[in-house]
Amino acid sequence: MSRRENPRPIGATRTPDTPRPEKVVPKRETGAQISQIKRSSQIRSWARHHRQVALDSMLRLIRAPFATLMTLGVIAIALSLPTGLYLFLTNAQLVTSNWDGSAQISLYLQQSLTSEQGELLAQQIEKRGDVGEVQFISKEQALLEFKALSGFGEALDYLEDNPLPAVIVVRPASGLLLEQQEELLRDLQGFTGVDEAQLDLAWVKRLYYIMQLGQKAVSGLAAVLGIAVLLVIGNTIRLAIESRRQEIVVVKLVGGTNAFVRRPFLYTGVWYGLGGSLLSWCLLTLSLLWLEQPVQSLANAYASDFNLMGLNQEDTLSLLLLGAVLGWLGAWLAVTRHISAIEPR
Amino acid sequence: MITFDSVSKRYPNGHEALVNLSFQLARGEMAFLTGHSGAGKSTLLKLVMQIEHPSRGQVFVDGQNLSRMRIGQIPYLRRKIGVVFQDHQLLFDRSVFDNVALPLVIEGMEPKEIKRRVQAALDKVGLLSKERLNPISLSGGEQQRVGIARAVVNKPPLLLADEPTGNLDPMLSRDIMHLFEQFNQVGVSVLIATHDLALISRLRHRMLTLGQGRLLQDGFVGEVGV
Repeated sequence: MSRRENPRPIGATRTPDTPRPEKVVPKRETGAQISQIKRSSQIRSWARHHRQVALDSMLRLIRAPFATLMTLGVIAIALSLPTGLYLFLTNAQLVTSNWDGSAQISLYLQQSLTSEQGELLAQQIEKRGDVGEVQFISKEQALLEFKALSGFGEALDYLEDNPLPAVIVVRPASGLLLEQQEELLRDLQGFTGVDEAQLDLAWVKRLYYIMQLGQKAVSGLAAVLGIAVLLVIGNTIRLAIESRRQEIVVVKLVGGTNAFVRRPFLYTGVWYGLGGSLLSWCLLTLSLLWLEQPVQSLANAYASDFNLMGLNQEDTLSLLLLGAVLGWLGAWLAVTRHISAIEPR
Repeated sequence: MITFDSVSKRYPNGHEALVNLSFQLARGEMAFLTGHSGAGKSTLLKLVMQIEHPSRGQVFVDGQNLSRMRIGQIPYLRRKIGVVFQDHQLLFDRSVFDNVALPLVIEGMEPKEIKRRVQAALDKVGLLSKERLNPISLSGGEQQRVGIARAVVNKPPLLLADEPTGNLDPMLSRDIMHLFEQFNQVGVSVLIATHDLALISRLRHRMLTLGQGRLLQDGFVGEVGV
């Protein structure tokens, strides 16, 4: 039975019966057009309801500011820890990237090689793409340098032969990964005339592995704390569902769908996540401000123009988005678990 | 409007609430459902609402076989049924207006249309002046009328009531029943569960009497000699 065939119980006596929106369609229109109009009015009412629910669930949070702030604080701290460590790593990488020029390869040439052959070899090496700067130090230059630096000048004059080999100092191109640097070393080792190639890698390697470890640790921590955010929001939403049990029952009795019942809770979750990540952003920005002065002093002491990097636009957006998604997901987990259990009895 | 075809309902605890019950409520008909408490009145209403499901037999509402209905369809069935509860089931965190508006909000109606309909419904039950109040500040009779306004606001073809006059004095009860009669006069099918025989004996409507889950009597009040 459609409502149309049925006389109106209420409107009939009091108010003139205004037709429902979808019935205002002139008769000439085709069925497709009518269903299109109906559809667009459905979408409008759906969007209107989303707006209302989003606003209403936000107002509910604002009306209980203390409880809301506590939850937001927990979420913010959980998000700030991995994000802060991520910032620390980014800055550390920035510092070390200024240093990676120091990883230089020394090629000790065979004694039999002449200076000209050595120069030629250096030019040849310079043509490679993975090589930055190349410097040829002939046997004579090496001896002079050694005399000047070692303080054995006089003693060395007694030697008949120059015992020092010619050296080619190669700086790898900047931005080369550790594996690529090692590959370069092996290649250079293979050149004829090269006696021994030495890469001063020990500390580069250590630093590299520390950074790698740091990145892994941050990812692990982020995953664990992400789950914590999920659980915090899930639990908060569970309590919200419990406190609105009666409302859920009534809504279901008068024909509310599960989606209708879920909606306010999902929005609440999104607001928690978004609010938490916003608060976390504030915390991080404040900490950076707080650290800026000491870092500057430290950098100055090392005569470096290093500047502390904060969250850029992209990072900020990712943080907010991550918060919102975690909030939605946590709410969704709680809602699917608890709402179907609340049925009218 | 409602058809029960050899319906039995046995609860998980073994209690047989309805036994092989068959009856029909025609479109536009009004009937009372009576019997002692525990006779199965509430269970019958719950089966119509799809709050409970029959153990055997079939229930049809508005031509739809409820046992073939998917769970996702249940909300749309309930939108066709206005229900009045003994305990009103009102929400005390919002105004009278918002309580009555709930079914229309669920249907996604335009705010202007909602306002018009809610005010018409509240006017019908005589509570238009109290739309801004919280229902908790109203008397029992007024709360019940808010519940009725909510049940009819979306103009459902079927109206169910479970002991709607349970806690009210005879005067108020008569007014409430009179409201139901008015809705019935404009074509709404009405089924009212009540044990207030003194009240319904003065009204000339069909009466279904249940006893221990069985249909004991079915006829007009005068005929069955109450």
